[in-house]
Amino acid sequence: MISAHGLARTFSTKTGPVAAVKGVDFEVAEGEIVGLLGPNGAGKTTTLRMLTTLLTPTSGTATVAGADLITQSREVRRRIGYVAQIGATPAPGTILGEELVTQARLQGMSKVEASARLVEMLPRLDLSGFEKRALSEMSGGQRRRFDIALGLMHNPKLVFLDEPTTGLDPQSRANLWDHIRALRDEHSVTIVLTTHYLEEADVLADRLLVMDGGAIVADDTPDALKARVCPATSSASASTATWRSPRPSPAKRCSRAPASSKAVDWCSPSNAATPPFLHCCAPSMPQGCRSARCRSTGRRSTTCS
Amino acid sequence: MLTETWVVFARQMKQQLRNPVWVFFGLTQPILYLVLFGPLLKNISGGGFNGKNSWNVFVPGLLLQLAIFGAGFAGFGIIQELREGVVDRQRVTPAHRSSLILGRTLTNVVTIGVQAVLLTLVALPFGTRPALVGSIIAIVVIAVLSLGMAAASYTMGLILKDEDSFAPMVQGVSLPLLLLSGVLLPMAAAPGWLRHISQANPLSYVIDAVRSLFVGDLSSTTVVKGAVIGLAVTVLLGWWATRRFQRDSA
Repeated sequence: MISAHGLARTFSTKTGPVAAVKGVDFEVAEGEIVGLLGPNGAGKTTTLRMLTTLLTPTSGTATVAGADLITQSREVRRRIGYVAQIGATPAPGTILGEELVTQARLQGMSKVEASARLVEMLPRLDLSGFEKRALSEMSGGQRRRFDIALGLMHNPKLVFLDEPTTGLDPQSRANLWDHIRALRDEHSVTIVLTTHYLEEADVLADRLLVMDGGAIVADDTPDALKARVCPATSSASASTATWRSPRPSPAKRCSRAPASSKAVDWCSPSNAATPPFLHCCAPSMPQGCRSARCRSTGRRSTTCS
Repeated sequence: MLTETWVVFARQMKQQLRNPVWVFFGLTQPILYLVLFGPLLKNISGGGFNGKNSWNVFVPGLLLQLAIFGAGFAGFGIIQELREGVVDRQRVTPAHRSSLILGRTLTNVVTIGVQAVLLTLVALPFGTRPALVGSIIAIVVIAVLSLGMAAASYTMGLILKDEDSFAPMVQGVSLPLLLLSGVLLPMAAAPGWLRHISQANPLSYVIDAVRSLFVGDLSSTTVVKGAVIGLAVTVLLGWWATRRFQRDSA
């Protein structure tokens, strides 16, 4: 579905050029849910914007949904769906049904086709009865489902979701996860999403591309990654992928993870809501740390003050 | 491409009409100028400029001012749309970039056209005596010019991405353009140096043409020159805007 080679983007800023993405290579197979995981500023959104034709790569090439990203960008746009990060509250005059039809028509559907598609999409995303509602009056979760419907109006086989659940309450998030999974399971849509929630990456993705500092630092399944980061507690075999920087020592780990450390604590509940400065489950307990059992895996993890 | 332009135009127009505050101020603003500023001008000029009816000089100026400010501030809307994600979601469709920008600018053109007609009608009882065909052509010239100016304004909005820098920018560009074109008072009254500067302003030629058209002079070189310059400005700004819309938002 996607094949990217040396995709890079440098932004020119007042303080000189900043390499947001430094030449990434990866593949996404049909029917996969792939998560781009990493802290803010890791280059996830820039990668996504390049793959969706919103940002021209400084260098590198990619094939997206069978079309060349650079020379056939219009064809790429025809074939993909894109759901942006949650935006500002829509203008008061924006009506849900109208907006979805507008989107479908810009995708090239006729008025009749677009209206028929609207009727089909509303119940699929639990938006029945919202057709004439103003978007500005809807809740965050409802608006997010509308955003997803926008990206699906033209029935794309590949959908990009940029931080689909950021800013939502736990219930709305779980609900959205169900919708995203149903996309793949029931409608065989390939999905690429970005997230900085470890929990979300773990629950949704078949495969994770861990990004940091504009590079992909790991490419593996969530289980294999967990096994690698916490070898003592897992029976899964180590993978061949390697981390860019060495794992921090146990002492360092407990002195409030520095911004450059790259170990994942998959269990820590606090990491569910903060960027994953990947930090490891400590085998022995240093001073100032306490141990807690991870609900989802049953494994113990350490949090430090 | 026509369908796409229409879809974007219809969306923007609906949004605008659903905003009652906008409709009210959009329609009353030109009338305020007529009622609160027009009488001053009439008295200062002693009823006329070079023997011309002062209203026939003033009202065409107001028409051009509508285009400059109405179209100049159009970009405010796209900054909000950028934040809502509307611009990006339209850009990931295969729709032509020129349709996305043209659909938006046409909304402004229609608005300015309606305001211009209304202004001319309200000006009648004050003593304005426009020629029918000439003033219709004058409004068309104004509409064409506002097409290019609105496109440029949207593009500036996309570049600056922030109202706090956009507002002073538009003010900074449009105010000298306005003053140097002799919109409020004819440049004939200006000292030599000011008149020379104003000759470098393309809008000076447009206002001359609009004033001539307004009183029914359809064939003079002033009219042809002004119309051609207005069209050229629009083509140039429209081309720039489309190019910019094509490029990424970074």
